Amino acid sequence: MANMNLYSRGDKAFVILNMFLIAVFTISALYPFIYIASLSMSTGFEARAGNVVLTPVGFTLDAYAQVLSERMFWVSYGNTFIYTIGGTLMSLAFIIPGAYALSRRQLYGRRFWNLMVAFTMWFHAGMIPFFLNMRDLGLLDSYFGIIIGFAVNGFNIILLRNFFEGIPQSFEEAARMDGANEFQVLWKVYMPLSKPAIATVALFCIVSRWNGFFWAMVLLQDEDKIPLQVYLRHVILELSDDEEFAATLLDATYSFETVSAAIIVCSIIPILLIYPFLQKYFSKGIMLGGVKE
Amino acid sequence: MSTPGTNVGGPGKTEETVLLAKEALHTTRPSRMVRVGDHLKREWQLYAMLIPTIIWLLVFLYKPMYGLQIAFRDYSVFRGVAASPWIGFEHFETLFNNDQFLRALRNTIYISGLSLLFGFPMPIILALMFNEILREWFKKTAQTIVYLPHFISSVIIAGIVITGFSPSAGIVNTVLEWFGGESIYFLTRPEWFRPIFVGTTIWQEAGFQSIVYLAAIAGVSPTLYESAVVDGASRWQMMWKITIPSILPTIIIMLIIRIGNMLEVSFEMIILLYQPATYETADVVNTFIYRQGLQGGQYDLAAAAGLFNAVVAFVLVMSANAISKRYSRTSLW
Repeated sequence: MANMNLYSRGDKAFVILNMFLIAVFTISALYPFIYIASLSMSTGFEARAGNVVLTPVGFTLDAYAQVLSERMFWVSYGNTFIYTIGGTLMSLAFIIPGAYALSRRQLYGRRFWNLMVAFTMWFHAGMIPFFLNMRDLGLLDSYFGIIIGFAVNGFNIILLRNFFEGIPQSFEEAARMDGANEFQVLWKVYMPLSKPAIATVALFCIVSRWNGFFWAMVLLQDEDKIPLQVYLRHVILELSDDEEFAATLLDATYSFETVSAAIIVCSIIPILLIYPFLQKYFSKGIMLGGVKE
Repeated sequence: MSTPGTNVGGPGKTEETVLLAKEALHTTRPSRMVRVGDHLKREWQLYAMLIPTIIWLLVFLYKPMYGLQIAFRDYSVFRGVAASPWIGFEHFETLFNNDQFLRALRNTIYISGLSLLFGFPMPIILALMFNEILREWFKKTAQTIVYLPHFISSVIIAGIVITGFSPSAGIVNTVLEWFGGESIYFLTRPEWFRPIFVGTTIWQEAGFQSIVYLAAIAGVSPTLYESAVVDGASRWQMMWKITIPSILPTIIIMLIIRIGNMLEVSFEMIILLYQPATYETADVVNTFIYRQGLQGGQYDLAAAAGLFNAVVAFVLVMSANAISKRYSRTSLW
């Protein structure tokens, strides 16, 4: 299909128009990030006046200095790391052995267990019963509650189970001949062979933990336990309506807009850093989990 | 492993012996209990791996399903679920006489309808367009960029939207003023909420959702295109006659999933973007549940709204799947 000469003039016009449209869409996906980055590096006065369009106006890093001097920024950033690392490890500890067991043909009631997992993808008790259950379990306002309460996800289990099922039996048989038990088969044969799938699941967990805000907002009262996203929400939503805060910033080189833009940039950076790894795996991973039951 | 008593075969044996043999076979076969016991003994490691996950599901997902019965009870925090008195369908009657709930229901249907209409075709169109790009580097770069917004949190996306649409500093109003327009405080205007919300979610998700269709397109046999080239088909014709029909099953499956999630509009984003001034068009069932239940403490009423939501969603996906199975032989299960 790479031979351009085969195509007629109509085809060429089609290809060029198509590239143009894709370019427009791509730029529109990228632009908001450029805008926010520029805003964060502009002076508060220029930002308020709406003079920032593409590049920073009146370049200054004062908004960053302001953000980085806030205690809550560092506390919430640290908490996000705890929730992300703890939560991801917890998820993998449940998902990998669970998916492996579900992929084994000799498992009694395999259909039933699988159905039990899949059912949770289609039917949830909902927000209120989930919250009351967390409360009854004494998991409100606790690091552990956030880490364990969202550990398992039916989609991730099915994704990994499908991958395990696709691994040829002969690998396992060779290990069995050498006297490997189930744990060894999983650890020494299946896990090394499933690196892309496990990486996909791990990255999905990392991203959802890093970005999660709703349940952290609902379950955590203690300010010192909140993650970055909840802090960010507080700054963006609550201070934007705070006239007094806005007024005190008028003389400063930073403004509410530049400060919230700077926090946004700071909280995107880790995601951008793992994005190249993310990208390598997810397109494959997504299809595995896809829709095969 | 031969069972004693089965080894009596051979030509010329009477029927009686065969019966005896069968009997022996039957009685010496281990009972079901014993067989399950043996199996568990042999395969205990497998169950050790499965059980934590099952317990997790029971504790965190199935137990709340049991708690869902508060939708039919006059729930009291002090008495707990089981001791609160049954009141039948009273909460549901209250809901369907509640203007706020009905408004939330209408808004949910309206917003999901808009998302379905504009949001569902977008990733398909994008995937078809990506497929027509012949320059690999351009395709890769563009894909990398359009996937990105999916990985950014709703809080940040909402922050970008709020900043971008703000009346003083926002880029949207800046551009509007260039063209001689008046500055609008978009996020306080009910009539602007839906377009902004639907646009934002499409912007955020369309790129990423195109992955599924791209994978489906990658699975189309190249020989189909080769013979089309021989027949002198244009790229446009190949797209309509080969690519689209080939990925139709995927499109149908994605549509079923989408319909099943119809009532699950991304309410986290709505919570971040709406304000009392825009409740009129922005309040959906999930935000209603959040306000009444988690903020207002009316757990039983909110749980009833949640149950209604979940049941409708379940029925929707089941019917979509059944219809699709019947007419296109494509289904989720």
